[in-house]
Amino acid sequence: MFQNRNDISIVLSGEAGQGLQTLEQLMLRVFKKAGYYVFSYSEFMSRIRGGNNSTQIRVSSHRVRSYTDRIDIFVPMNEEATIRFHERITPETVIIAEPAMVDPQYLEGNFTVLDVAFGDLGREAGGKIYLNSVMLGLFAGIFGVDIHLVENVLRDEFHTKEESVVANNFRAADLGQTLGWQLLENNLEHFAIEKTDDVKEELLMNGVDAVGLGGLAGGCNFVSSYPMSPSTGVLVFFARHAKDFGVVVEQAEDEICAINMCLGSWYAGGKAMVTTSGGGFALMSEGLSLAGCTETPIVIHIGQRPGPATGLPTRTEQADLEIALYAGHGEFPRIILAPGSITDAFILTKRAFDLADTYQVPVIILSDQYFLETNMVLPALEIRELDEKHRIVKTKDDYQRYAITRNGVSPRGIPGYGTGIVCVDSDEHDEGGYITEDPAMRNAMVEKRLRKRKGILKDALPPKLIGAQEYECILVGWGSTFNVISEAVEQIGREDIALLHFSQVYPLHGDTAGLINKAEKKIIIENNATGQLAKLIKLETGIDFDHKILKYSGMQFSLEEVVERVRELV
Amino acid sequence: MEKKKTKSEFDFEHPTDIAWCPGCGNFNILDALKGALFELGVSRKTLVMVSGIGQAAKAPQYLNAHYFNGLHGRSLPVATGIKASNPELIVIAQSGDGCMYGEGGNHFIHTIRRNPDITNIVHNNMVYGLTKGQASPTSMVGFTTKVQVSGVHAEAFNPLAVAIALDASFVARAFAGDVEQTKELMKQAITLRGYALLDVLQPCVTFNHVNTHKWFKEHIYYLDDKHDPHDRDGAFGIATQKDRFGLGVLYTNPEKLIFEDHLEAYLDDKRPLFQRRVDVDKIAELIITRRA
Repeated sequence: MFQNRNDISIVLSGEAGQGLQTLEQLMLRVFKKAGYYVFSYSEFMSRIRGGNNSTQIRVSSHRVRSYTDRIDIFVPMNEEATIRFHERITPETVIIAEPAMVDPQYLEGNFTVLDVAFGDLGREAGGKIYLNSVMLGLFAGIFGVDIHLVENVLRDEFHTKEESVVANNFRAADLGQTLGWQLLENNLEHFAIEKTDDVKEELLMNGVDAVGLGGLAGGCNFVSSYPMSPSTGVLVFFARHAKDFGVVVEQAEDEICAINMCLGSWYAGGKAMVTTSGGGFALMSEGLSLAGCTETPIVIHIGQRPGPATGLPTRTEQADLEIALYAGHGEFPRIILAPGSITDAFILTKRAFDLADTYQVPVIILSDQYFLETNMVLPALEIRELDEKHRIVKTKDDYQRYAITRNGVSPRGIPGYGTGIVCVDSDEHDEGGYITEDPAMRNAMVEKRLRKRKGILKDALPPKLIGAQEYECILVGWGSTFNVISEAVEQIGREDIALLHFSQVYPLHGDTAGLINKAEKKIIIENNATGQLAKLIKLETGIDFDHKILKYSGMQFSLEEVVERVRELV
Repeated sequence: MEKKKTKSEFDFEHPTDIAWCPGCGNFNILDALKGALFELGVSRKTLVMVSGIGQAAKAPQYLNAHYFNGLHGRSLPVATGIKASNPELIVIAQSGDGCMYGEGGNHFIHTIRRNPDITNIVHNNMVYGLTKGQASPTSMVGFTTKVQVSGVHAEAFNPLAVAIALDASFVARAFAGDVEQTKELMKQAITLRGYALLDVLQPCVTFNHVNTHKWFKEHIYYLDDKHDPHDRDGAFGIATQKDRFGLGVLYTNPEKLIFEDHLEAYLDDKRPLFQRRVDVDKIAELIITRRA
């Protein structure tokens, strides 16, 4: 039982509409206040009620950052749960459940099933709606968390409700705690995860928060989008903070409108972002090309999910790198970032605004469902050193929006600031912005736009090397797989293996080839079916990978899976 | 009809020749617009012209003012984004019937619903010009082209009826052959607070040999005092008349709140977005709440 007692993996599984996500948030807050490091990830079906969803919560003495297959404690809240999770439930797993929620296969053999009449306890507390608080109390009991911490979190959660509601929740938590103590006494081996005070000062955030906060820090003041899983959380974030931070937030009639509105905003001096997923981004391709021709900055957040077409709407994948690379007709520069950690997402989203503004190009941030729905604890974010730059120029009478410059970047004026006029055109244009078909001017404009690549490359982020500095084998990854691969490298613990992680996937940093070629064995790990980064690296550097570890089931890599698949190859 | 030339700061020597056919109604519409802007005392520093693609969409090229000449059909979202980012600007979205009512049809509907304080001037010649003579959404049933070889069979799009149905702030129709009235209606549309649609009927001398100048003269009439533009049912009746085109203000509802009124970003701070700075302390405070 509890293989690793400093790192317990809890999985709660029930149907949509049971309040699983609320319980997840409450548990994370309680455990963190108690001094534990936490990690959580929710997966859910594309439906509003019913089905079977789950959330994994890792509670640990040390920083935990990835999803594991291992389940130490499993709480099934509907009949489907134990059936759907049969591959991950082992004799080591403790199942805490109402008997009706457990499939008969677990009643024989050496499975540990603890019968708990959750329904009765809920009723005793005042009704089914108090079940979450019973559950919260239960875990407080099992983990030895002070009930006052639970009460603080509950008071905070229900501060707008009547006192009787708060009192009932307290009572429910109390009932849960007593039960937890009983289970610990009678059915579980005692365990104690080491606590630390350090964690209390740290931040509990998910990918959505990081992209949102990074956007605010980058000066984002305009968001127009069409809702699409899994990117909608970012739109919700900005809507929630629109008033406090002065952000114009509008739900557009479609993604075409969304990107065009944002381009209008940048043209008029705003700092705008769209948030979407692959299908929505496909509709924005023409707008992306418009940004390219008019040299209007734009920040595009793509929360990837599996395609093609509608694909698996609530699942995860890293298969939109190629559309991000090649979307938009014609030739123009772009930058593609793919944050690996929550901290990274904050810094890179902030950076995306500055890069877009500096080079007047589209900057795409590639995240994914797994990344956005992952909560973890991270150290404080440094925001002061990231002061906002102001790159808009005050125009003079003779202002020319597309003045030819050595680095390809023309000073960007906006209407209403200065005496010049600002003309931008989606047709090929001259320096003043007027339509032209003059071949020499066409050449000059194409070359001016493409010259920006030099500066963009100079500013490119180098890939991050984790693990052995002198390595025989290199594992290459990008975006959201950073945490799972780096945790796997730690766990494998060999001195000849390193992770090379790209949080800027385009253009690739100049050190890319050298760093990969240092390794004898080159392995790429991607959450897609064709190895899209491997193809890009091949194109840019000529390097072939020896092995590809790919996953395209719609689920993210688990820690065990990466460890096992890497071990098979080295 | 006598043309009144107005010299203003919006006139300028265009670097290349004008890409319109001789005799095109676009010249009159451009003249009317320059006149309207001059008479309203609009400063070119605060005026932004937004257009899509097509011959009409080239109009901002020939006007000495800020412009954003974007994609086919997409001028209204761009115009809305500009206005919402700097409400001090006067924003006019100008394009043709194919651009506004065809490619941009969805934006047309939702921009009316959103009601930003912008003016929407649509050159409506019932045919595609730049792609050489195909049917447009407003082409009449039976209109034959190289693509619609046996004649248009789809019902013509009725922009005014749609706008009135959506309770647009201002809905008017002009005829490019009457520069004076076109100019006066433009002045009203620009002055109105809210979304203002001005559909300008216009002959296409090259590709539309049905709806000619003469044809329009026979089918237009001027609305008079008997029509109250606040009467939505009456306006709808005028908009849906068969083969008769009433010119003037069909409908207005100036009391409506505009898009910008609803934006939380402007509730406590009226400054345009470009004048604002990131409040680092406030972000730091928000981050600290994530200590949970």
